[in-house]
Amino acid sequence: MNGLQISYFEASARKRLSELVDAGSLVEFCPPEMRQTSPHLAMLDAPLAFDDGVVTGRASLSGHKVLIAAQEGRFNGGAVGEVHGAKIRGLLDRALSERPAAVLLLIDSGGVRLHEANAGLIAISEIMRAVLRVQAAGIPVFALVGGSCGAFGGMGIVTRLCTEVVMSEQGRLGLSGPEVIETVKGVEEFDSRDRALVWRITGGKLRRALGEATLLVDDLIPAFRTAAAKLIERYRAHPPVPADLDELLGAQAELTERSVRFAAARDGREIWQADFAEASRVPEMTVAEFNALLGEAA
Amino acid sequence: MEQFSLTLPSDALPQNIASATLCGVVSSGNLEILVEPAAASDACRIVVNTSAHGFRDIWEAVLKDFARRHSVGGLSLSINDAGATPAVVSLRLDQAFETCRGELA
Repeated sequence: MNGLQISYFEASARKRLSELVDAGSLVEFCPPEMRQTSPHLAMLDAPLAFDDGVVTGRASLSGHKVLIAAQEGRFNGGAVGEVHGAKIRGLLDRALSERPAAVLLLIDSGGVRLHEANAGLIAISEIMRAVLRVQAAGIPVFALVGGSCGAFGGMGIVTRLCTEVVMSEQGRLGLSGPEVIETVKGVEEFDSRDRALVWRITGGKLRRALGEATLLVDDLIPAFRTAAAKLIERYRAHPPVPADLDELLGAQAELTERSVRFAAARDGREIWQADFAEASRVPEMTVAEFNALLGEAA
Repeated sequence: MEQFSLTLPSDALPQNIASATLCGVVSSGNLEILVEPAAASDACRIVVNTSAHGFRDIWEAVLKDFARRHSVGGLSLSINDAGATPAVVSLRLDQAFETCRGELA
């Protein structure tokens, strides 16, 4: 490369993938020349993509074998259709026999592709079950969230099912997206055009402060790469263990306590006040400063 | 969608290319181009699938200009288009040509 810093947010799925893994190591599954396109979009006479909006394959990252999927947020908002979903689910199933050091999901998606209705919903539910199966087999699954579509709807749930969630401040994570909430509940509930508000509520910094993202990194592909490499090393030493019932009940109790504690909160700022002396400064903090104040080594 | 294909005479590309190269993303006002080797070395075969109906004349003008400017004989181009303007198509074609020859990452 020419030394330019490459924004993860701005890059295409293929660019993110090629810069994230070891140079030249990617072997793509169901590559574009196989033309595994969406039969649903074809029936609707809508534009197709040769990879149906997701790149899947095997690669190495810092010398470790990984299986990896990258969603293209610019094709139909990264939404999961039948083929798109089958490629991700197939990748996860493959992890059970190939046993990579980790599965990396570069999520950039609004959720189910509405054109494909039930087929898209089923695809997402298959991905969820597969993510759990892979972790139960001792293989970590890392979600990387830093694209323009964030991780919403079913892919928001998939993200939270992963072993670790790496986000940038630009990344967003949620269930219903801001525009959906505004449409259903009105602009008084959530003004989806107030971008600062949208990011204070769904963006990486709040998700990290709440513990829903486990790492916050700069919006640079090498920053995501470094984080992924560190996680791979950590989980090689300590493979993921499925949570037992007591742990799940404990997590449920924490969530219940949180929902009571922040019941009146209308903005990320009110939640940051719990962690930061100067809550109003949080949006302008660098990632390093933010992580340091959270008590986390950069 | 409107689909058509054309075969344009062009000088043979004097080098081998990767078995497939994909450029661009199918999003509003944009397009993707898949470049693959074709059997005939003296022509470029192009399949266009576009959401914008009724612009075949303009497509042909842009594609003929591309085939005249570069030696693209022996290439097969498959295009998925979501309403890109002629200038965007032309730039994307040039990018695809450079990428398939390994000039860009």
